[in-house]
Amino acid sequence: MSTPTDRQYASSHEWIKEDGDVSVVGITDFAQDQLGDVVYVELPEVGRVVSAGETVAVVESVKTASDIYAPASGEITEVNDALSASPEKINEGALDGGWLFKMRVDTLSSELMDAASYEAANG
Amino acid sequence: MDIAGTEELKRTPLHAAHLRAGARMVPFGGWDMPVQYAGVRAEHTAVRERAGVFDVSHMGEFRLTGPGALAFLQHVTTNDVSKLKPGRAHYNWLPNEAGGLVDDIYVYRVADEEFLLVVNASNIAKDWAHLQSQLPSSGVEMIDESAATALLAVQGPQAEALLQGVTDVDLGAQKKNAYFQASMFGLPVWLARTGYTGEDGFEVFAASEHAERLWDGLLALGIVPAGLGARDTLRLEAGFPLYGHEFSDSIHPLSSGYGWVVKDKLHLGHEHIRLPSTQKLIGLRLERVPVREGYPVKLGGVVVGHVTSGTSSPTLGYPIAAALVEAHAAHAEQFAVEVRGRDHEATRVEMPFYKRL
Repeated sequence: MSTPTDRQYASSHEWIKEDGDVSVVGITDFAQDQLGDVVYVELPEVGRVVSAGETVAVVESVKTASDIYAPASGEITEVNDALSASPEKINEGALDGGWLFKMRVDTLSSELMDAASYEAANG
Repeated sequence: MDIAGTEELKRTPLHAAHLRAGARMVPFGGWDMPVQYAGVRAEHTAVRERAGVFDVSHMGEFRLTGPGALAFLQHVTTNDVSKLKPGRAHYNWLPNEAGGLVDDIYVYRVADEEFLLVVNASNIAKDWAHLQSQLPSSGVEMIDESAATALLAVQGPQAEALLQGVTDVDLGAQKKNAYFQASMFGLPVWLARTGYTGEDGFEVFAASEHAERLWDGLLALGIVPAGLGARDTLRLEAGFPLYGHEFSDSIHPLSSGYGWVVKDKLHLGHEHIRLPSTQKLIGLRLERVPVREGYPVKLGGVVVGHVTSGTSSPTLGYPIAAALVEAHAAHAEQFAVEVRGRDHEATRVEMPFYKRL
């Protein structure tokens, strides 16, 4: 399992990483591996204001639908449109090309972990 | 996202072999079972195009023997067991007294006065109690062989050719639903030309202590280990109902269109099962969004039923679903399925969704 140290992690298996004046959000490598083949992704509307912990997206594998929770409060500024045609990008690269959305962060969730803590929790 | 934890679960004789093969294990009907190895799609495709093997040892096996065995089965099942010759098997139902199903099962006739019942894993205790409650005071002996029996399903267009090389029986001469003794890798087994994937294949019954040698031998032939994930996508494409989804204690089983399983005979609950069902099972195709069990199905904005099973079909490349709807609505062409508060168009299609030509 790959857990880069350049970002923070939620216990519900999302990551969030600063990228200029916004932050990028995706699911972890562990999560994509647990899910298996991703077949459909439902992303939030750009401009939507969300609270940390709120359900903002859905990632569906052949087996199941999984809710994705916002790791921060703020506003959605961009979504990864490539996922609607190619949801398998999440399996191919959950930590980079399979990112879900970008958001302007007001407040990060108080329960985020660093890479070492996330790995320890999911070893 | 939420990832389920583990609880106290039963293990099949192949549990260690699954872990060695890189399986992801999940709880299923009280068992710790492999949901996937390489991935659901890869395993699904292997079964459709080549051959895969499933561990279905969690399923239950009850052996019935004695001069009263046939009469007993005629009473507790809907299909006509008297038509089953020794060495043949058929699909059958265990009705309850109210017209629902205790379980859907497979019946194998071993000899004139000996039968094997294969029942769903999650229903073993319920089926056993039900059958015990109906058992006459003499003439039938029933033994639960579930724990001592391993069951492997080898499925796919190459199943026969691959198994022929390690089996002493001419498999080409065995018709669908044949049930026969054989030697496989030198081990004693019973084989049935049956399955739950819509492909040709064989199910292998063996003593639990032989399970690993059979499994390892099959994998060495290039047969791909396949988990419950692929088993579910394969069976749904093939239009096979699954107990707990399309059938239950309270769903009228004739809603499924499997009316042929009910023969003209007296059996438990026969007066209820013959009543027309007010619901009907239909097949739906969606454009993009997968739909799951329980999602509401609407016609003209009104809820007329719900999804019983749904997945993204690996073979067809689009989402498919089975849905139980009110009978009056079942002939409409266009439905909507509500997904997370939003309606998505769904087109009724014939089941099976996929059929090998």
